[in-house]
Amino acid sequence: MERESMAFDVVIVGAGPAGLSAACRLMQLAKTHEQELTVCVIEKGSEVGAHILSGAVLEPTALNELFPDWKEKGAPLNTPVSADEVYYLTTKDKGIKTPSFLIPKPMHNAGNYIVSMANVCRWLAEQAEAMGVEIFPGFAAAEVLYNEDDSVKGILTGDMGLSVDGTQKECHMPGMELLAKQTIFAEGCRGHLGKQLMQKFDLRKEVDPQHYGLGIKEIWTIEPEKHQAGLVVHTAGWPLDDHTEGGGFLYHMENNQVALGFIVALNYSNPHLSPFDEMQRWKLNPKISHYLEGGKRITYGARAVNKGGMQSVPKLSFPGGLLAGCDAGFLNGAKIKGNHTAMKTGLLAAETIFEAMQTGDIAGKELGAINDKYRNSWVYEELHKTRNFGPALYKFGTLMGGIFAWFDQNIFAGKLPFTWHNTTPDHNTLKPASECPKPDYPKPDNVLTFDKLSSVFLSSTNHEEDQPCHLRLTDPTIPIDKNLPLYDEPAQRYCPAGVYEVTKDEKGNNQFQINGQNCVHCKTCDIKDPAQNITWVTPEGGGGPNYGNM
Amino acid sequence: MKILVGVKRVVDFNVRIQVKADGSGVATEGVKMSMNPFDEIAVEEALRLKEAGKAEEVIAITIGPKASQEQLRTALAMGADRAIHVETDEDVQPLTAARILKAITDKEEPKIVMLGKQAIDDDNNQTAQMLAALANWPQATFASKIDVDGDSANVTREIDAGLETLSIDLPAVISTDLRLNEPRYVKLPDIMKAKRKPIETFTIAELGIEPAAAVKVLKTSAPAARQAGIKVASVDELVAALKEKGLI
Repeated sequence: MERESMAFDVVIVGAGPAGLSAACRLMQLAKTHEQELTVCVIEKGSEVGAHILSGAVLEPTALNELFPDWKEKGAPLNTPVSADEVYYLTTKDKGIKTPSFLIPKPMHNAGNYIVSMANVCRWLAEQAEAMGVEIFPGFAAAEVLYNEDDSVKGILTGDMGLSVDGTQKECHMPGMELLAKQTIFAEGCRGHLGKQLMQKFDLRKEVDPQHYGLGIKEIWTIEPEKHQAGLVVHTAGWPLDDHTEGGGFLYHMENNQVALGFIVALNYSNPHLSPFDEMQRWKLNPKISHYLEGGKRITYGARAVNKGGMQSVPKLSFPGGLLAGCDAGFLNGAKIKGNHTAMKTGLLAAETIFEAMQTGDIAGKELGAINDKYRNSWVYEELHKTRNFGPALYKFGTLMGGIFAWFDQNIFAGKLPFTWHNTTPDHNTLKPASECPKPDYPKPDNVLTFDKLSSVFLSSTNHEEDQPCHLRLTDPTIPIDKNLPLYDEPAQRYCPAGVYEVTKDEKGNNQFQINGQNCVHCKTCDIKDPAQNITWVTPEGGGGPNYGNM
Repeated sequence: MKILVGVKRVVDFNVRIQVKADGSGVATEGVKMSMNPFDEIAVEEALRLKEAGKAEEVIAITIGPKASQEQLRTALAMGADRAIHVETDEDVQPLTAARILKAITDKEEPKIVMLGKQAIDDDNNQTAQMLAALANWPQATFASKIDVDGDSANVTREIDAGLETLSIDLPAVISTDLRLNEPRYVKLPDIMKAKRKPIETFTIAELGIEPAAAVKVLKTSAPAARQAGIKVASVDELVAALKEKGLI
């Protein structure tokens, strides 16, 4: 098919912290050097911010580098962290406050801000547009485009107006080629193009598999007398057992709102585990519930995060393009933060491209300098310092691992002369369902705890109904023939949006039902399916959640 | 001939509406805003008339805060030729909107003013009718089909009893219903072109209009939550339960 195309110097996939930081930095450099530069950012969410979900406590390091005058420019960092509390929850009813000196140093948050990262991205997008960046929300980057020599030449936006069987509807609009000398892939954790690029260019050679967590988040409006703007609360322990990593957070934002959420590491082994239900029952612990009682849940969402850290960072360059942010995976698990590292690697990608442009043609070239830039940056330094944090929790469980982390971080400052590895991919950790106990999740009380569907409703998720399913099964028989008998088809439980169901057909046979229109684009199915049989591809642009201030 | 199309910035139809804690209205901060879907249909219809050679120029107009220009840009990206922004941060009621549209109509002299039948925020369904009255023009509301022929138009309307076809003389006010058309997807190059299309800006005062505050909102509240149902084991129990509630 003959397609329309547009050419830019740089195309950036994803209007998140990494992509927008890269865009802003490119324009800053062009301006300083009085050069013309065309930069385009493409974003599958219906607007910038619509698919951004993060805690978030933002460490403003990278932002200081990008816009030292961010305060004057009105960046929405309005709530400085005023207090840090860490609890170890022992049972549903009890929790112990960890004294400050016992908290691993990376978890101290003085100087950081509680933000809505979606709003920070909206602000970054305004800055970028003011500098001349073209931002196109509502368009999904569906495919990578290659030159004849296999170098990347840009991306193809998804077709709009295809019906469920793939035929063209009256309103059909074919996708368009966005061509670039260099393409920055900043899709976020488990980006579907990033995944293809890592395979095609073997970028994960010599590094550990990526490790993931699923974060499920809600925002509540709470009673004003319980609200303490700037208070940061973290919890470890209950409801997870000592061999399942994860924990909760509750941040007091502006306007009597709190952002709270729960992260479960996706290397959990019990197929009966449901991250959604863990999050719901976690709210029942008095350390959390006392804030929420009398309040109202406003919104809900979920997103996978990568937490493999230094050992899992792939090669960042390939002919014609670069990886930035969580598409590669720079989250610092010990700090529980990845926005600052995402932004910084966006800056590094921009600087790499701009410097290379000064010395010659960069179209389709591999800019390997990014890898050295990363290794010489504070991103590498902090990931190196905390490299054993994740593996320690995995090796020794939350409690002993936490104690190791304290010694490692507070006494040895991350300088112990060894590096632990976790080489088991998260999809290989499930035990057979028959060997595992079924957790006893309480029924939703519709006050503090809720069911999945009423939750997804609050994410304002929408997909055009008549379109091809964007969750592809390589082998459609696996869910019922293998996953169901062996693991009681875990997709029914790990999906936080109720996309996957095992139902009965007319004859009473089990069938695997995919409710793709519920999908909140968290990517967990693509990560956790034990047979790696589910592939997440982009639905029609503009579809998915419509997060406000997540 | 010119077509003037009204475009309103509203909370996106996908967003779960939240009432502000103090009951003063609906929360719009940090909420996705979009063009009123019925207005999108109006823009699409105007563009189709232009593409069919029935109109020469499509002008999009909005009344609202500065950010409403985003919705004008959408209309321009869809294909409108230029846009007019009447800027105000105040709540604009239908009568004020109709007066503003009348003032712009006097300036621009369009043959058709095409408006969405109602905005999905307050669902008033009044502005088109009020404008027709103020301008003393024919009106055809809830249009599901529009045939323009020279100085007149045949408009099929969706009414309670079915469909009604009116023949109206132009100039006229037409309000658009859901089944009129399916708006197009916007193309990337057109979004870039839209950034260079002109937007003319006025204040309400510059148009010589005194805003009408005919309606005062006393309180906004969410509908009461639905009560959980009960299960009954037999018809007798059902009848007894209904009787107990005084329903039969």
